Amino acid sequence: MNKIIKKRFFSENVVQFVVEAPEIARTRKAGNFVILRLDEKGERIPLTISEADTEKGTITIVVQRIGVSTFKLAAMNEGDYIHDVVGPLGHPTHIFKAGTVLACGGGVGVAPLLPIVQAFKEAGNRVVSILAARNKDLIILEDEIRKYSDEVIIMTDDGSYGKKGVVTVGMEDVIAREKVDFCIAIGPAIMMKFCALTTQKHEIPTVVSLNTIMVDGTGMCGACRVKVDGKTRFVCVDGPEFDAHKVDFNEMLMRMGAYKEQEKAALEAYKNANNI
Amino acid sequence: MIDYKAERAQAWREELRKSIPAKERTTLSRVEMPMQDKIQRRSNNKEVNLGLTEEMAVKESHRCLDCANPTCVTGCPVNVNIPKFIKKIEAKDFLGAASVIKETSTLPAVCGRVCPQEKQCESKCFYTQKLQKPAVAIGYLERFAADYERESGKMSIPECEKPNGIKVAAIGSGPASLAWAADMARKGYDVTVFEALHEIGGVLKYGIPEFRLPKKIVDVEIENLGKMGVKFLTNTIIGRTISIDTLRERGFKAFFIAAGAGLPRFMNIEGENANGIFSSNEYLTRVNLMHAADPEYDTPVIKGKNVIVVGGGNTAMDSVRTAKRLGAERAMIVYRRSEQEMPARLEEVHHAKEEGVEFLTLNNPVAYISNDKGQVQQAKIQKMELGEPDASGRRSPVPIEGSEYLVDADTVVVAVGVSPNPIITSAIEGLDVDPKRRTITVNPENNQSNIPDIFAGGDIVRGGATVILAMGDGRKAAQGADEYLKSLK
Repeated sequence: MNKIIKKRFFSENVVQFVVEAPEIARTRKAGNFVILRLDEKGERIPLTISEADTEKGTITIVVQRIGVSTFKLAAMNEGDYIHDVVGPLGHPTHIFKAGTVLACGGGVGVAPLLPIVQAFKEAGNRVVSILAARNKDLIILEDEIRKYSDEVIIMTDDGSYGKKGVVTVGMEDVIAREKVDFCIAIGPAIMMKFCALTTQKHEIPTVVSLNTIMVDGTGMCGACRVKVDGKTRFVCVDGPEFDAHKVDFNEMLMRMGAYKEQEKAALEAYKNANNI
Repeated sequence: MIDYKAERAQAWREELRKSIPAKERTTLSRVEMPMQDKIQRRSNNKEVNLGLTEEMAVKESHRCLDCANPTCVTGCPVNVNIPKFIKKIEAKDFLGAASVIKETSTLPAVCGRVCPQEKQCESKCFYTQKLQKPAVAIGYLERFAADYERESGKMSIPECEKPNGIKVAAIGSGPASLAWAADMARKGYDVTVFEALHEIGGVLKYGIPEFRLPKKIVDVEIENLGKMGVKFLTNTIIGRTISIDTLRERGFKAFFIAAGAGLPRFMNIEGENANGIFSSNEYLTRVNLMHAADPEYDTPVIKGKNVIVVGGGNTAMDSVRTAKRLGAERAMIVYRRSEQEMPARLEEVHHAKEEGVEFLTLNNPVAYISNDKGQVQQAKIQKMELGEPDASGRRSPVPIEGSEYLVDADTVVVAVGVSPNPIITSAIEGLDVDPKRRTITVNPENNQSNIPDIFAGGDIVRGGATVILAMGDGRKAAQGADEYLKSLK
């Protein structure tokens, strides 16, 4: 049982939680994720760790309300207990001195991007971060990202904040004006796919952090499998980060839709039962 | 070592032997296991085998000849004192029978249900060996004794030596670890079992379905370990959450790694990553551990109409019978060899057939065809024939060119084996791991790895075995760890 220490709304649908998990806080590294189970009847959901405080023994996660489990989590409050938290899972990000690093975060993907931006900055890189979202309300952790970036570019689909346009517009601008040595992109699968296509065109080595469906998260089930360079890999134990130019995003997108109808029906039922 | 001859010579045994002539015993026919109706059970998850009544068990015990040379014992990987426990049943001392089994086996109620007895003890029974008659139903009797004890409410908790304050850790909580933990607790050690998942029991919980092994039976065993002082920590991945080095710093003096064969194998054929295609681990974990078929629980599962399960082992049988219970109209086993080569327990194959499972043996999938949403629709299957015996001694299947045909399938479960879980082995520097099989290499005498305080057993050493072999490893490793720890003084 892990106690929720702090809850903060970024927007109606995006919530940050600081959760007690001293062992995980101590051993986690940038890029690691955890699996949560909210209650005895809950499903196991993977979420990437955004920050950790070893002294207080806490980890920070950011969740967007999408399905039943994330709605349930978002409804939990400070002082409540999450039934199970296990981790840190996955390989940590490979941090190195690349030169100029372009860090692209889409929506809640900015949360897992934060520790990576910090680590690349601390490794002596010039870091240019692009935060992209549909609108201003969905831009999160801007101040925190600024702290570790040499420059931050904001992109919104509707132009309500920063520059109007999708993430790749911002990427093209940066690539056009300076040499980018390495790129990392975290966000919705479709966004990562287009980030990958953009950097492939410019031959910039790129890493993406995949957020596939998982059950156990320890290599046991293979629900998270995805083709990388023509070979089936498990995101939980082989990833979650892979060479963006080798990921079969179409297969990944298809696999992420496996339970679409069940998820939709379950969410309807949950909303009706809870008057949402 | 047990002196079987001396035990057999004891007055009570001799008296029992004389009470019914051997000739008369051999005329009795083997007991039939009462079962849940084969139609009814397709739509529920309750246990199929109902267990013997006292009367049936005693009658079956009469068949045992109490042989001078009990070969059955040699067929048991942990050498349960079979004639002694069966004769205790004959003497109607059922609790006594259970305690005889528990001298060597940690989980008799589990083994009585899931051991492949026909390949072990029962294959070495005098009836099988010399009389060409059905073996004494050793497995059924083991289950009877264990169930009787549990239901009597007089379950004995093994006596433990005085606590010695030495901390030891088991990694994983399946049958190997539970056996190790029990033995170490008995020897007075301060045992903690670390489990990565949210429930204790490993494959007994996520893998073997309720209809074959009710979870409450496993829970009772775990509770008993708790009463012996064993501590359990779920949601803890050794090598990730806490490293072995950290555990050493925290005072742990010996480790038993039994993290299982966690990594499912796929066949790497065209279309295998389509939606609706699962590893058996995923399919069974969703249904057993996550209760996906219960609408009260959040985890979803696809309830297929036409389900193909690829493989011929126990996991394949568990998967296909689960599919039937989830409402499949057609549930099919697709296996590349013939039924004779199937590694599954005979009883599971038999039960599956009774439940209406179709067996497409000498068939092998070569590709899957999906619709535009990526949902599997059909399997392309190739027919096979048997060729020369391969390394395993079984005749190897050879594809028949041009024999491919299509079978409708909206769900496919791949049950073609597992590989050892990589997390723990890759987290321990210098640990001797087989480069090809990724299994931990141990000294077969005591299950010690090349790192003196680390022992290992079960599937992470064997690559895929049975509950009883895993348990046997746990017991051997406990002996080994005890000797190692005593040598430090």
